[in-house]
Amino acid sequence: MNPQEIRQSVLEALSDVAPEADPATIRTDLSLRDQLDIDSMDSLNFLIAVHEQLQVDIPEADWARLQTIDELVEYLGPRTGG
Amino acid sequence: MADFVMPSLGADMSAGTLAAWLKQPGDAVKRGDIVAVVHTDKADVEVEVFTSGVIERMLVEPGTEVPVGTPLAVILEEGAATPSAPVAPTPAAAPPAAAPPVAAPSVPGPGVPAEHRLLISPSARQLAHELGLEVDALTGSGPGGRIQRRDVEAAAAEREVAPQEAAAPAPPAPPVAAPPVAAAPAAPLTPAAERSAAMRRAIAASMSRSKREIPHFYLAQTIDLSRALAWLGQENLRRPVTERLLHGALLIKAVALALREVPELNATWEGDEVVRRDDVNVGVAIALRGGGLVAPALHHTDELTLEELMHSFRDLVSRARAGSLRSSEMSEPTITVTSLGERGVESVFGVIFPPQVAIVGFGTLVERPWITEGQILPCPVVNASLSADHRVTDGHRASAFLAAVDRLLQEPEEL
Amino acid sequence: MSTIKLTYREAVRAALRHALATDPRVFLMGEDVGGYGGAFAVSLGLLDEFGPERVRNAPLSESGFVGAGIGASLGGMRPIVEVMTINFSLLALDQVVNNAATLRYMSGGQLSVPLVVRMATGGGRQMAAQHEHSLEAWYAHIPGIKALAPATVEDARGMLLAALQEQDPVFIFEHALLYPLEGEIDDEPRAVDIAHAAVRREGSDVTVVTYGGSLGKCLAAAELLEQEHGLAAEVIDLRTLRPLDTDTVLASLAKTHRVVIVDEGWKTGGLAGEISAQIMEQGFDLLDWPVQRVCGVEVPMPYAKHLEEAALPSAERVVAAVREMAF
Repeated sequence: MNPQEIRQSVLEALSDVAPEADPATIRTDLSLRDQLDIDSMDSLNFLIAVHEQLQVDIPEADWARLQTIDELVEYLGPRTGG
Repeated sequence: MADFVMPSLGADMSAGTLAAWLKQPGDAVKRGDIVAVVHTDKADVEVEVFTSGVIERMLVEPGTEVPVGTPLAVILEEGAATPSAPVAPTPAAAPPAAAPPVAAPSVPGPGVPAEHRLLISPSARQLAHELGLEVDALTGSGPGGRIQRRDVEAAAAEREVAPQEAAAPAPPAPPVAAPPVAAAPAAPLTPAAERSAAMRRAIAASMSRSKREIPHFYLAQTIDLSRALAWLGQENLRRPVTERLLHGALLIKAVALALREVPELNATWEGDEVVRRDDVNVGVAIALRGGGLVAPALHHTDELTLEELMHSFRDLVSRARAGSLRSSEMSEPTITVTSLGERGVESVFGVIFPPQVAIVGFGTLVERPWITEGQILPCPVVNASLSADHRVTDGHRASAFLAAVDRLLQEPEEL
Repeated sequence: MSTIKLTYREAVRAALRHALATDPRVFLMGEDVGGYGGAFAVSLGLLDEFGPERVRNAPLSESGFVGAGIGASLGGMRPIVEVMTINFSLLALDQVVNNAATLRYMSGGQLSVPLVVRMATGGGRQMAAQHEHSLEAWYAHIPGIKALAPATVEDARGMLLAALQEQDPVFIFEHALLYPLEGEIDDEPRAVDIAHAAVRREGSDVTVVTYGGSLGKCLAAAELLEQEHGLAAEVIDLRTLRPLDTDTVLASLAKTHRVVIVDEGWKTGGLAGEISAQIMEQGFDLLDWPVQRVCGVEVPMPYAKHLEEAALPSAERVVAAVREMAF
């Protein structure tokens, strides 16, 4: 998948978890956890949504070090057969 | 005959609004079926019926607020089935009438007389409820006089122009009075803001009462979670993402099992005595997005496997945030667990939710220096606290509870 | 990132070329797909490029060559079977329903049929009663398969590539009037998502749900509704008919509270009825008006041009249906 599509999927998964956030205002280069109010349950639901949308299972250790949407998209790129 | 009454869905609920009927006159129901949605200050809750039988007629129209205990519908019971007591201490349903009911249960009841049949679209009905409008008072511009959203919107706009009236009179006992609608001439609150304000008021009343009536005392324990987290890390590596466990699930399970050892904390205070409860239903405090708090129960928490607990927990959180909890989840926790997630402080000393007698708090997971076999090493720990009702228990038993939680978390594979 | 302009037909061809070039298990089989280049010219040039083993003409027996496709996929190949039109696919329905769709189940998971079948569908070409059917609903009815309806140039290319990644049968319905449709897309062929519908035009007054050849008519209707009646229609392209992405429809309905479903197939027992039932079940409280349907008129397709037009959904019929919803 191309980065644009991956970003779109990621934003969709985030919207499910944090519906009050306006996707247009989320900075892709800043820490997600700083911008949105997401707890460990939200994180898990987000990872599950990413798994459903993109068929990529992100291990806990990797998720802990991915801070921004840009980093996520870069991480997911090679793993989605794009 | 039995009455289906407005249930009490929380210790401080004195009245509720019937938001919608999910059944019709003539429908057969069995105990446990969900028959209505009730709107409370905290949430829209699906309400179950406790008798099996056939609904003879509805007594209250959707959109009406009535005190707890008010009959909402009449149910013709099958055989000699008696209604079981609702969980809150409200008066039992009226005793069955001596003479058999006139209408035979097999024939669908006449229900609402034909001339009262209201034509209104589902969405308009929902909107009317949100805006606090009586559907009976609306006129419809749709086919056959059907009420549509725009008719509801028009009526709401008209109401803003008319002088404001005070809301329903304050109920007798608990302090949750329904204050008059804000009289400011500026733009009225959106439905969502109104709900949020109402929830705040309800929480305020409940917490004040708790502090007034319950003599709280507090204990805390710092628990070494290194074994639990190591085990969890291994477990999650081999699990697909949909089956991953959060460390919170381990904490909740440990609390539930510890309650078996100190059962006096798994009880409720009813009037002037403590009633021990057989089932361990741990209430989990869930922060709602945009503010507000609900604490619905995970039923039989001590009997759930970690997978089941995790599934139920996730399900509860989504439904709590979507506003679709069930009445039994709201009124049956036997103890509550509150936790402050990743960005909270190290310890939390909660306020007990009456009629429960204790609340367990977990702070944030932190790394601290810890002494293991004479050496100072970094260790992941969590601070566990217990706020308990001193009428019901003392420091000695309460500390046994925290010691049990600690001990259980040192053997995570047994949870 | 560079783009190219191509037609829907060329987009399908590009997907075929890419698949044939990158996966030796893939081959194309159908009536006249070889030297003739395909009844709709989709496979023009492919025989020369890939040879007769990869681009195979089939005899005039849909049951036979769809069955052969099933056999080939059981044997580890990735056949793309082209059935000239959905009208002739009726002759292969037994193979589809009783073999392709059920072998995985009947074998307890031991067998899988990764078969892709493409067929042209729909009316509006004056091919009359036996050659203009829209029977996608019959395929969407069958458990065990996926049914896709690409309505854009990008989906025409990307859905075929996505279908080739599936382990179970996928049926792709290409509305015949879409073949000359032009579009500009990325020059790199890649698979697209086949699990979600797409909002093709945003609006807040009414939701118009459709698929395949009717998308263009719905977009035209939306334009008319805005220009002449001040109504903003949100147009949703279903893209996948089985499984249906009802969530996207419900999200739209939450904004608009009114929905019209536009489906070229006949109304009775059709796909619009299924979508309507799902909307009623899952979005009851969102509805301010009963779900409306604009479908093919319930007659065998006429031959005469003016009668054929009257029997199909049109932008005018969609506008009329929306206006009837009493705004």
